[in-house]
Amino acid sequence: MIPGSFDYHAPTSLDDALALLTEHGGDAKILAGGHSLIPAMRFRLAVPEVLVDIGRIPDLEYIREEDGHLAVGGMTREVALEDSDLVNAKYPLLADTARVIADPLVRNLATVGGNLAHADPANDHPATMLAYGASVVARGPNGSRTIAIDDFFVDLFESALESNEILTEIRIPTPPAHGGGAYLKMERKVGDYAVSAVAVQLVLDGGTVSSARIGLTNVNPVPMRAKNAEAELVGKAATDDVLEAAGRAAAGECDPSGDLRGSAEYKRDVTRILTKRAIRKAVERAKGGN
Amino acid sequence: MSRHTIKLTVNGEAVEKEVESRLLLVHFVREVLDLTGTHIGCDTTSCGACTVLLDGRAVKSCTVFAAQADGRSVETIEALAADGTLHPLQEGFWEKHGLQCGYCTPGMILSAKHLLEKNPDPTEEEIRWGISGNLCRCTGYNKIVEAIRYAADKQRESTEEVSA
Ligand SMILES: Cc1cc2nc3c(=O)[nH]c(=O)nc-3n(C[C@H](O)[C@H](O)[C@H](O)COP(=O)(O)OP(=O)(O)OC[C@H]3O[C@@H](n4cnc5c(N)ncnc54)[C@H](O)[C@@H]3O)c2cc1C
Ligand code: FES
Ligand code: FES
Repeated sequence: MIPGSFDYHAPTSLDDALALLTEHGGDAKILAGGHSLIPAMRFRLAVPEVLVDIGRIPDLEYIREEDGHLAVGGMTREVALEDSDLVNAKYPLLADTARVIADPLVRNLATVGGNLAHADPANDHPATMLAYGASVVARGPNGSRTIAIDDFFVDLFESALESNEILTEIRIPTPPAHGGGAYLKMERKVGDYAVSAVAVQLVLDGGTVSSARIGLTNVNPVPMRAKNAEAELVGKAATDDVLEAAGRAAAGECDPSGDLRGSAEYKRDVTRILTKRAIRKAVERAKGGN
Repeated sequence: MSRHTIKLTVNGEAVEKEVESRLLLVHFVREVLDLTGTHIGCDTTSCGACTVLLDGRAVKSCTVFAAQADGRSVETIEALAADGTLHPLQEGFWEKHGLQCGYCTPGMILSAKHLLEKNPDPTEEEIRWGISGNLCRCTGYNKIVEAIRYAADKQRESTEEVSA
């Protein structure tokens, strides 16, 4: 299917992109990897009058550690995360996530910034960034601001970004020693969105989980943290009983809807199981040092 | 502007055309350039029949605007046997019966080409992973995996010969 017509701009600086976004207001959309936006345009679910392609702005694709966090440029492609030695060595939750997003062809273009900005509860990075307690840097006409990920997802397909702001960077706190994380996703086939998926990032203190954050994918209208599950876990040793209690809490606090991927009841149960398994894996990794 | 003049390299040749901004790269390749080896198999970015290499990376050309390829290089299946000799991947698909109807084949071959550039000696698992964005309704994939393995061996042999 053919998208509606639009004016296409490919600015080569952030300032030019911001000027175009400000000039065209709500009529304009940012085009990053295009792998959520173009499919939506082909079905005429999105009919923007103006596209501002940010793919020609230099220096928006990078992965580097600085000041206690991992900085990921907004236009960084999923494949770069997948191939990054740094991410694979120190950020296994992020590495797990990048690997299960869509398929290799999509990952060659899809960006991390677009994945978050789209604010689709079916996307995988929101849960992961919630679990990491990441923050997002947004650049607007009056400069940059930092948005905590807990404040970023406002509603279905709605983020805290203004229409003339560009997500330029994601900051992921570097896990401490004895930190560990994991992402587990149940999908019907490669390339599909999750039936349910669970992101866990935690810290061990001896045998006890001293802190933990858990994010859930595609089982709620808005990407969510499973705070009740976190509460079941923190301050305790990750015994089978504690895992079961955390799994049940996550299943209880999410709000999935029944669709082709299964009934709401089924998705809750998958969430329960994945929560347990993801915590177990995160604990193992924390013991192993990442 | 809803029309643009784009300049890009397609299969090694410089191309300059005026296009509508909404024109998808796959339609540009098939309808403007008449390179119909690149196929269209779906409307949902799911099948990979439209795979081309964009600056060397395998992408779904049904989900890229032609305007996004301005200044870049595009490689389609037509480039592979350009000098009349089959590419090792094409030879592999021939020798190992890696195709039946052939609809998925151009996309499979370009995904495999990118895979072998990143990883010249992939395991079976890595081959399956590398082509997991390309659907085949006929073969059951085993023969495709064997065909890519054949090409990997052949390419490695010829680089060893060159370096020996
Ligand atoms: C077949 C298929 C399967 C997929 N499966 C998965 C999956 O399993 N898991 C998953 O997580 N995703 C999946 N996706 C989605 C894919 O990862 C998208 O690419 C991603 O959601 C959006 O990133 P993008 O760079 O393509 O953004 P685009 O499509 O270019 O943009 C998406 C939205 O975000 C806005 N935007 C983009 N970048 C920025 C920015 N830097 N600042 C401000 N706003 C911005 C755009 O204006 C647009 O509204 C799939 C896509 C396809 C086609
Ligand atoms: S035609 Fe199916 S993915 Fe492009
Ligand atoms: S050979 Fe027919 S779809 Fe693959």
